[in-house]
Amino acid sequence: MTTALNCEQVAKKIVKASPGAVVAADSAAIVVKGESLYQVAEFLKNTPTLDFDYLANLTAIDYMDYFEVIYNLVSLKHNHSLVLKTRCRDRDNPVVPSVVSLWRSADFQEREIYDLMGIVFDGHPNLKRLLLWEGFVGHPLRRDYL
Amino acid sequence: MEIEKYSMTPLNEIDAAEGLRINSLMAASRYPIPDPDSWLDEEISRNVLVTTVDYVLDWARSRSIFPLMFGLACCAFEMIGTAASRFDIARFGMDIFRWSPRQADLMIVAGTLTWKMAPAVKLVYEQMPEPKWVIAMGQCSISGGPFKESYSVVPGINRIIPVDVYVPGCPPRPESLLYGITKIHQKIVKESIKKA
Amino acid sequence: MAIRTEPFILNMGPQHPSTHGVFRMRVTLDGEVVVDLEPVIGYLHRGIEKLGETRTYTQIIPLTDRLDYVASMTNNFAYVLAVEKLAGIEIPERAEYLRIIMAETMRISSHLMAVGFFLNDLGAMMTPVLYMWREREKLLDLYEMVCGQRLTYNYMRIGGVSQDVPEEFMPAMKKWVAEMPRFIDEYDQLLAQNEILLARTKGVCILPRDTAINIAASGPVLRASGVKWDLRKADSYSIYDRFDFEVPVGTVGDNYDRYWVRMQEARQSVRILEQAIAQLPEGEVCAKVPHLLRPPVGEVYGHIEAPKGELGFYLVSDNSIAPYRFHIRPPTLINLTALKDMVIGWKVADLIITFGSIDVCLGEIDR
Repeated sequence: MTTALNCEQVAKKIVKASPGAVVAADSAAIVVKGESLYQVAEFLKNTPTLDFDYLANLTAIDYMDYFEVIYNLVSLKHNHSLVLKTRCRDRDNPVVPSVVSLWRSADFQEREIYDLMGIVFDGHPNLKRLLLWEGFVGHPLRRDYL
Repeated sequence: MEIEKYSMTPLNEIDAAEGLRINSLMAASRYPIPDPDSWLDEEISRNVLVTTVDYVLDWARSRSIFPLMFGLACCAFEMIGTAASRFDIARFGMDIFRWSPRQADLMIVAGTLTWKMAPAVKLVYEQMPEPKWVIAMGQCSISGGPFKESYSVVPGINRIIPVDVYVPGCPPRPESLLYGITKIHQKIVKESIKKA
Repeated sequence: MAIRTEPFILNMGPQHPSTHGVFRMRVTLDGEVVVDLEPVIGYLHRGIEKLGETRTYTQIIPLTDRLDYVASMTNNFAYVLAVEKLAGIEIPERAEYLRIIMAETMRISSHLMAVGFFLNDLGAMMTPVLYMWREREKLLDLYEMVCGQRLTYNYMRIGGVSQDVPEEFMPAMKKWVAEMPRFIDEYDQLLAQNEILLARTKGVCILPRDTAINIAASGPVLRASGVKWDLRKADSYSIYDRFDFEVPVGTVGDNYDRYWVRMQEARQSVRILEQAIAQLPEGEVCAKVPHLLRPPVGEVYGHIEAPKGELGFYLVSDNSIAPYRFHIRPPTLINLTALKDMVIGWKVADLIITFGSIDVCLGEIDR
């Protein structure tokens, strides 16, 4: 069975490596600051005991005050999983760093989130609309669409 | 051999041009195209002389239709099922599904049509030579189906192309599709006689 | 004097002879050799995620049917498992076994379809498809006996399945399962030594192991590249830990391995089915769940091993009758990232076959 790692202990390790990055850590997920997302992701991928090499799922949720981007990470070697989140309070121009250079599975998933939610991923090589056509006005999956 | 790069139209321009085409088609298709259903009148004008050649021609045309494979979504699997060995569509003369619209008579639109795909459907319909007929198979192509309120689904293909026969179901059983095809046969025979 | 050649972009448009769905590729070719590839999708985007936010939890089940329409009940299964994980509902034993029986028969049917259409792309025009379809029609008769539908079943409910199987079902199912090994062997024998298949698929379009993990491929595509990761064993859900089966793993990661892994998995599914049918208990088929279910506030990511890969549902609940956010993790969209890596340097004909070997289903990619 895939064990879900204890997020508080992992949060302590992250804080040692890059202090100030973690905003909150409860039993379900770790929330990190947007600016330090890339360093935290790199740390989680490259540390020998954590070894998160498989990005299973990338989603975004629109709570009206902020956007939340969620990463479901899995390690195939140790068979454990982790949920990483980041929040973005800017509604008109939300920007989150891209993790495509670490896990290429984020390629299409980040394009889809840009298409449907409007969150711009900084560092993505080809950020254009994936499911809807060029010239579509608006981002349908936001709560205030239509 | 030297390979020289030459400047191709950048892909972003192609995307933008297609987006413009989709938006303009969306704006032009506010109302459904009326169905060509005048053939349902039982009275055929009695003062039209129908020759034996015409009669044989219409019979032959209706019994050897070349359908165009236009399966978009789940209904495509029931269409393939109709063409498979159990509900053999070859016994109605339609066993080769053509993939090029230039060689086809009947377009069976099976599945959900979205606005992004609509210009392609219109283009394929216009590429088919006359006489041509369209079957709308499944709820999604009749009226949008379970996805009717969605922001990207065309509520019925009769916004884009005129439809002759509607086959309801989600997905329709192969027997329903075969019944729709027999209706098309009746239409072809009656319509051609009227035109002659 | 040098001969001037130019690469050109070929559009393999949304309407095309392959039976995989409305998929479009812009391929940059230098002669016959593929230099670059850009997949264009979205021609079947129906907005299921947005529609899910306005429907109750039970009303979403028919919407999930239309995702991977070749194996619809596995989509139902994944969604219902996610909701039960969120709401903490226990399911009766008989319902668990019935779900496993349905899921494994769908897996066999989906893999046979995948192999049939793969051979269709190779050039064997529809003949293997019609052979596979013969077995699939017998299976569709069984499903019609159970839930009345042939393609989009809507059979699973939150808390179990919607109705019990009639008496004629079990003998007919046992007969079907008894025939399957012979049929798979017959099929394999027709194909495994075929020279054209071997020459065109062995060593062609290899997906290396590290790329497969980085891309987060799943299902037969990942296992063909040598990674032993099957969610039924690694993150066991439902009652899969009670059954004894193996996970076939390929070696090289070429087209032939993907075909081989699917045939072996179909055989292992027959093994699971025999055990499940023998152990099927009596009892109820659905737990008592309120009509308008209100799960507690929280989030869940529920995933299963669908025939095409790891199908996951991310559900966010705010204690109302409809989910706040309903996200689908499609296996084939993520597997499609590998297409560009695999075909660069090979020819157009190899591109068509490789696309067939990934086994996409556009309903799930575009949602």
